Amino acid sequence: MRLTFPHMGNLWISVKTMLDSLGAPVVCAPLTTRRTLSLGVRYAPEGACLPLKLNVGNFLEAAELGADTVIMAGGCGPCRFGYYAQVEQAVLDDLGVSLRFLVLEPPEGSARELVGRIRAITDARSWWQVLGAVRRGFVVARCLDVLERRAQSLRPREVRPGAADQALAAAEKIMAGAWSSGAAPAFRRARALLEAVAIEPERPVLRVGVVGEIFTLLEPFVNLDLMQRLGRLGVEVSRSIYLGEWINEHLFLGLYPGIHSARGVRKASLPYLGHFVGGHGQETVGSAVLFGEKKLDGVIQLLPFTCMPEIVAQHVLPSVSRDLGIPVLTLVLDEQTGDAGLTTRLEAFVDMLWGNRGGICA
Amino acid sequence: MKPVVGIPRALLYWQYFPLWQSFLEGIGVETYLSPPTGRQILQDGLAALGTDVCLPVKVAAGHLLALRDRVDLILLPRLVSAARREYACPKLMGLPDLVRHSLSLPPLLSPVIDRYRHDNWPLIRVALAVGRRVGAGLPAVLRSLARAVECYRRYLNLLQAGYFPQEAWEAAGAGQAPDPRAPAGDVVALIGHPYTVYDREINLNLLGRLERAGLSVRTAEQVPEATARRAAAALPKHLFWTAGQQAVGAAFHYLEQEGVVGMISVMSFGCGPDSMTGDLIARRARRGGIIPHLSLTLDEHAAEAGVLTRLEAFLDMVAAQRERGVVVCG
Repeated sequence: MRLTFPHMGNLWISVKTMLDSLGAPVVCAPLTTRRTLSLGVRYAPEGACLPLKLNVGNFLEAAELGADTVIMAGGCGPCRFGYYAQVEQAVLDDLGVSLRFLVLEPPEGSARELVGRIRAITDARSWWQVLGAVRRGFVVARCLDVLERRAQSLRPREVRPGAADQALAAAEKIMAGAWSSGAAPAFRRARALLEAVAIEPERPVLRVGVVGEIFTLLEPFVNLDLMQRLGRLGVEVSRSIYLGEWINEHLFLGLYPGIHSARGVRKASLPYLGHFVGGHGQETVGSAVLFGEKKLDGVIQLLPFTCMPEIVAQHVLPSVSRDLGIPVLTLVLDEQTGDAGLTTRLEAFVDMLWGNRGGICA
Repeated sequence: MKPVVGIPRALLYWQYFPLWQSFLEGIGVETYLSPPTGRQILQDGLAALGTDVCLPVKVAAGHLLALRDRVDLILLPRLVSAARREYACPKLMGLPDLVRHSLSLPPLLSPVIDRYRHDNWPLIRVALAVGRRVGAGLPAVLRSLARAVECYRRYLNLLQAGYFPQEAWEAAGAGQAPDPRAPAGDVVALIGHPYTVYDREINLNLLGRLERAGLSVRTAEQVPEATARRAAAALPKHLFWTAGQQAVGAAFHYLEQEGVVGMISVMSFGCGPDSMTGDLIARRARRGGIIPHLSLTLDEHAAEAGVLTRLEAFLDMVAAQRERGVVVCG
């Protein structure tokens, strides 16, 4: 058995850590590129949302490298993600690519089903070992979150342009090797790299909250390195979703203590969006409200084209913007998204935000 | 005086209108139905919402705007779940909020319908909420609900007997018992949401065109829910959209049915569930390879020429297969 999994930003680092600690053979798909996208666009359903297309691309590229089993998360709706695995499997079956899917989701029938799927991955290892591996993967995800947050605050203040991103890339590389050397020492070394970046602490920066659908938020290939671009434009980014929080919320049912939970965020959305709408629709609206209350300079919403929960949120956000006086920019991303178009819109938005500050230009 | 309640002729209207109408009439409320979809309604809807909203929701926005100056209240339920462990689509779940923040409208009457936890979640909650809002007494609400449910049951029976919604509403209202209609001639299955299949303006009168071509049309709603659910059980995992269950189940059912010579999946551009269920149906039809299958995606730019060309090609395939008795792959 050779395992693979879909890419979403640097999720691979923590999944690989987890599988490596179990001693399970892993075939990491190459990081998402144009080729991945064109494979996905060619074979996945035309109207499917972008993450599904990229998943298909990842699986095809992993199969080329000899993967034979996919592990991924699932769900029970109403967002399409809950049926991704089944549609993806149908696509691959019709192509004659035989990959077996192990979907980690709440089972329909007995819990034994899910246990069976986990057992297929973990073989004869004890549950104690399994828990240890999951924990290690999760700790790595939390470390990556911390590093990323740090980079977000360094970018707009760095003395040498690009220094923070270089340091972050190096830090992530260290974390990717953390399984062999242990997470804690790796994290110390990784953080030291970021702390060494020279900054100008007094420089005026804009503060912008980025909200929206998780895949577009976490995958730089899809958002065309939005976080880096904003940093270069003098913006300190706050995000509504981080990987570790998402894992805690969705896979651990929010049980891991001491982690920022989405409950308060959802509550903040209620005056605008009176009901759960699947995906991260409520979190998007709630986070925008909280960012508005914290007097950030602006909010950017990201969504893949035709994403249902985010479309609901998109139509609610103008009211949030009006009530709290916070400008909102919605960016819809799909396989057609071009560099120049995105740059123009971001620059215009950032210029406007500087204008709101009273005319200080970056 | 009781308020005039507006009902948009869009989305859930195509499924639940007999139930609503009969209930509201029973409690003595005057209703106003928006006119059939036309150019103006479509244009208003397109102008009011963002570009990436699906066509049915844009059409609904147009209908809501058409009601704006004529009614005191608009009935727009928040359908969260119509069956246990199933959902409606996110846009329907958020519809009252989506339109409330984007259009200026009279107050909305948006009771929540949520059967996610159990199938017999009491419908009476909705009836009571509506009754309270329009000032109807408890006895009238209970009486009207019983009558409305009875009328709706007759309506569903008529659908399953081969009627189309419009005729079934009239017949159900008149208390008529179903008189089964055997399909005259070859059957084409037309699979899609009721609001795309029956709204002639947005599907360019697909149903009429097929009938004029001498074919009998059968739709997803004409398959009893239990039959559709049994057929949809062939999916690898329980499908969590109720409308998708019906569409996929009906499609799988018709694919096995004697006398069905072709199938058309009508989808809306930008519809999330359609993009998945349409694909599952198309793959199944292709793997079976027995009858021609056409996937037709509708949007506000649907030009007559394009749709007609595809429809004619489909009809040619159906005819060719009938003549030669050969197996055509769709």
